[in-house]
Amino acid sequence: MAKKKMKIRAWMDGDRANVKAIIFHPMETGQRKDKATGKVIPAHYITEVKCTHNGKTVLTCLWGPGVSKNPFMSFRFRGAKKGDTLKIAWVDNKGNTGEGEATIK
Amino acid sequence: MTVDRRTFLRAGMAAGTTALAVGAGLLSPGRVLAAWPKNAFMATSLDDALKAMNLSGAQASSQVMVDAPDIAENGAVVSVTVKTELPDVQSITVLVPKNTMPLISSYEFGPQTEGFITSRIKMRETSDVIGVVKAGGKLHMAKKPVKVTLGGCGG
Repeated sequence: MAKKKMKIRAWMDGDRANVKAIIFHPMETGQRKDKATGKVIPAHYITEVKCTHNGKTVLTCLWGPGVSKNPFMSFRFRGAKKGDTLKIAWVDNKGNTGEGEATIK
Repeated sequence: MTVDRRTFLRAGMAAGTTALAVGAGLLSPGRVLAAWPKNAFMATSLDDALKAMNLSGAQASSQVMVDAPDIAENGAVVSVTVKTELPDVQSITVLVPKNTMPLISSYEFGPQTEGFITSRIKMRETSDVIGVVKAGGKLHMAKKPVKVTLGGCGG
């Protein structure tokens, strides 16, 4: 399992939790060519991201190659409190996976 | 034997890989890649992508807002926010009609999640960015034109 880095910030704003996350990933579309060799760089991108809070899925992202390199996302949800754990797990088109978690502040 | 050897081996290998992914993964079986709508993401026209995602026939709505820059200097990173005040949001989908593959991303919301998502997307050229919101079983959409400056020279 490839170990990739991820940054997650989660904090309470009133009764809702704000989440911002960056996953470090090349997100190759499969359409770019390597300038030196002229060969097409194979597609490599995250297809699915799951964000869970207390075991409940709050957001499932389905991504295509059109999402930028090192994808950033931000979302909000209710029903959380300070100290809760938010988990984010992803899988890419090559079957690599990654996971990160943050404590809601 | 009805199944020839090659086919049999391939099937076995595919099953092995899947088992490996599930074993190593954090996602439960059945969720791994299976939910990812390949047809929709590989569609090369907006209509096909919408059809494959069952999002055809969305009505323009003032309750959906697509927030993106008027001019994006670098098409590789365009920050797009789609938000809505509609209750019971089930999904938000982001599309760029002029991209080679118009479907960018689709977000499925849990019951506690607000109708708000920000992400960064790639844009091949000047185009509309379309946000489709599925809320309460109905489809709503909004769009926002974004001018993409080519070359990334900051012109």
